[in-house]
Amino acid sequence: MELVAQLLDWFTAPAQWTGSSGIPVRVLEHVLYTVAATGVAVVVGLPIGLAVGHTGRGGTVAVNTTNVGRAIPSFGIIVLFFFIFGIDPVPAVIMLVALALPPIVTNTYVGVRSVAPAVTDSAAGMGLTGWQVLREVEIPAAMPLIMAGIRTSAVQVVATATLAAYIGLGGLGRYIFDGLSQQVLNQVVGGAILVALLALATELALGRVQRLVVPRGLQARSRQAALDAKLT
Amino acid sequence: MITFESVTKQFPGGTTAVDELHLQVPDGEVVVLVGPSGCGKTTILRMVNRMIEPSGGRVAVNGEDVMRTSPPRLRRGIGYVIQGIGLFPHRTIAQNVATVPKLEGWDDDRIKARVDELIETVGLPDGVRDRYPHQLSGGQQQRVGVARALAADPPVMLMDEPFAAVDPIVRTRLQDEFLRLQSEVRKTIVFVTHDIDEAIKMGDRIAILSQGGHLQQYATPKELLAEPANDFVADFLGAERGLKRLALIPVSQVEAAPGPVVAPGAGIDEARRVAETHSSDWVVVVDDEGRARGWARLDELDGRGPVDGVRLRDFELTVHADDSLRTALNALVISRHGVAVRLGDGDRYEGLLTRELLSEELR
Amino acid sequence: MDWAWVGENLGRIRGYALQHLFLTAVPVAAGFVLAFPMSLAAIRWRRLYAPLLGFTGMLFTIPSIALFVLLIPVTGLGPLTAIVPLTIYTLLILIRNTVEGLDGVDPDVREAAEAMGYTRGRRLLGVELPLALPVIVAGLRIATVTTVGLVTITALIGAGGLGRLIVDGFTLFFPTSVVVGVVLSVAFAVAADLVLLAGQKALTPWRAGRA
Repeated sequence: MELVAQLLDWFTAPAQWTGSSGIPVRVLEHVLYTVAATGVAVVVGLPIGLAVGHTGRGGTVAVNTTNVGRAIPSFGIIVLFFFIFGIDPVPAVIMLVALALPPIVTNTYVGVRSVAPAVTDSAAGMGLTGWQVLREVEIPAAMPLIMAGIRTSAVQVVATATLAAYIGLGGLGRYIFDGLSQQVLNQVVGGAILVALLALATELALGRVQRLVVPRGLQARSRQAALDAKLT
Repeated sequence: MITFESVTKQFPGGTTAVDELHLQVPDGEVVVLVGPSGCGKTTILRMVNRMIEPSGGRVAVNGEDVMRTSPPRLRRGIGYVIQGIGLFPHRTIAQNVATVPKLEGWDDDRIKARVDELIETVGLPDGVRDRYPHQLSGGQQQRVGVARALAADPPVMLMDEPFAAVDPIVRTRLQDEFLRLQSEVRKTIVFVTHDIDEAIKMGDRIAILSQGGHLQQYATPKELLAEPANDFVADFLGAERGLKRLALIPVSQVEAAPGPVVAPGAGIDEARRVAETHSSDWVVVVDDEGRARGWARLDELDGRGPVDGVRLRDFELTVHADDSLRTALNALVISRHGVAVRLGDGDRYEGLLTRELLSEELR
Repeated sequence: MDWAWVGENLGRIRGYALQHLFLTAVPVAAGFVLAFPMSLAAIRWRRLYAPLLGFTGMLFTIPSIALFVLLIPVTGLGPLTAIVPLTIYTLLILIRNTVEGLDGVDPDVREAAEAMGYTRGRRLLGVELPLALPVIVAGLRIATVTTVGLVTITALIGAGGLGRLIVDGFTLFFPTSVVVGVVLSVAFAVAADLVLLAGQKALTPWRAGRA
């Protein structure tokens, strides 16, 4: 109970809402890391996934990269990056991009590959060029998986960006790590609540976007894809 | 004996799959349920082992209401073969066959003896015992399915389109083997199919059902083909009803005509006389022991010699007593002279079949 | 890399590795013990499945560091604070794979078992579970590998494991320790994956020679 009161104090203190270590700034930093890393990952990963899926070459490599990625502890990598680059947001974001890439590439690849051969075949048979098949058939059909991959990546970036605060970067993780080292429990828990809320908000917001951009006939598949992307 | 008394099945949502069905399946007979999809035939079959429970009426096996026996108990006494077979992919062929004996707690020696016996009975090579189902062909898997259903020697068997998933050649072979097996084991069998030809071939009796589980006619195949109860049945039997009926009647059923027969030593005058009385221009040559030697055309006989002085022609088309009349009709259609020679064992001449004789039988 | 340090600290490293093993095995085992009855319930009462996935999916979305920290006021600093969230994270994967594995059993096989007089429980144990095993083990593999990675983070809340090598390396500005922690963690994940795969192969001999 005492903690609840302390938490309320922490959240309502006026200092908490202004200045460079206030909640608005920290949230903004965290969102910026996430948007930047996910955005770059989409720009880089989407064409790779589409190319691999469309041509059918290199698929195994893409899928295996994702599997290996799961075994690598991102926390350890963050600390290694610190030793190599010091406290610098750019390498940190690059690392976040690297972590965000595999789900996007793999899901895009799997999405394109999962279009029934009869469908691409008949499209080609009607005289569509390779590009047109990709644009008219494969991308719309792969949309549920592409969006699911982006969603998974973004949520993962929110989580990992929190850890990046451990080596001195900004964002909401600062509250947690500063609080832990100074043993200020209400700040630690307050930071954790904000991180959890941001992750859930990201998940829900991108779920909205997914519903908007996925063709209506594929909505049911879209929900399934969102689940699968988390787990593979 | 399996009895259905005013059996009704309504599914949630109100569809009536079976309506007031009365039916008796006599011991040791194969009763085929046949009809278009949605006629409730599978539902009826599945009510026997309580895979589906009736909403009204009574289903009894050997006088015992199935609803009074617990499903596992009931089902272990009823063999079940389905189109998809449903072999356990994680068990070897021997283990699959042993399923019900094992559930029944037989000892290992007895199970092993029974499995060996069944693998042989259904015509599987001994080497399949320790294989897994996916290593067998579709036809072999279906045999394993039959062996597994027979394992605990249940008096009753249910078969739901058991041969529908295999190719036509294998299907015919499995059907023939099944009929041979049934002539030995004499199980009480309910057999579901949508294929009227299979029904006619396999069934001692056939129940024809229409949409909503209405029994249109229940009769032996012959009765059904000779006297369809109504237009639905006639339609379902198809346009070739007459031919299908012929397929069920053996050649021995029809009296063969003696035909223009002469002995090998007969001269041309005798041959001419015999041919003339039968108003034909050829004769059949039959020796003292009653064996048909061949036939000859009058205009090919030369001068004064005996008929076997010329090269006798072979019979193009012969039929045997246990061939069906459908086979005989086929021979008659192909034959240039409109006759087929009926032969017994060792080429014994039994007479001639003609189109006239056949249509007589059909009338 | 300071190999001498590795040699001198083998005992300590082994201790962290054992803690890591403990912190992985307990949540995965506990997760399975919880997920299994939930999966059976979701199969029996279909309507439970979607909410169950939705709820465990939402928990899965919460970043691990946040969930660890949120438990500190309840369970303090230590292993339990690590084990509870790690267990929660395994639920989504394990429930999904158990349900889909059991759902994926060929309906003809299920029907044949029923028609031969299997009771419900016997059918589950003798037929459905063995056939669902590859999918269930696939879920266990994902859950295990994911957990191995997450355990490194628990060092931040004082739970031990190979993450301690990373935290210590950072605090003492000593990269060798970090590298050892990362490499061992990856090796552990790969080894656990292979062990589970081998176990599945041994338990499903009928699949030999099939893709």
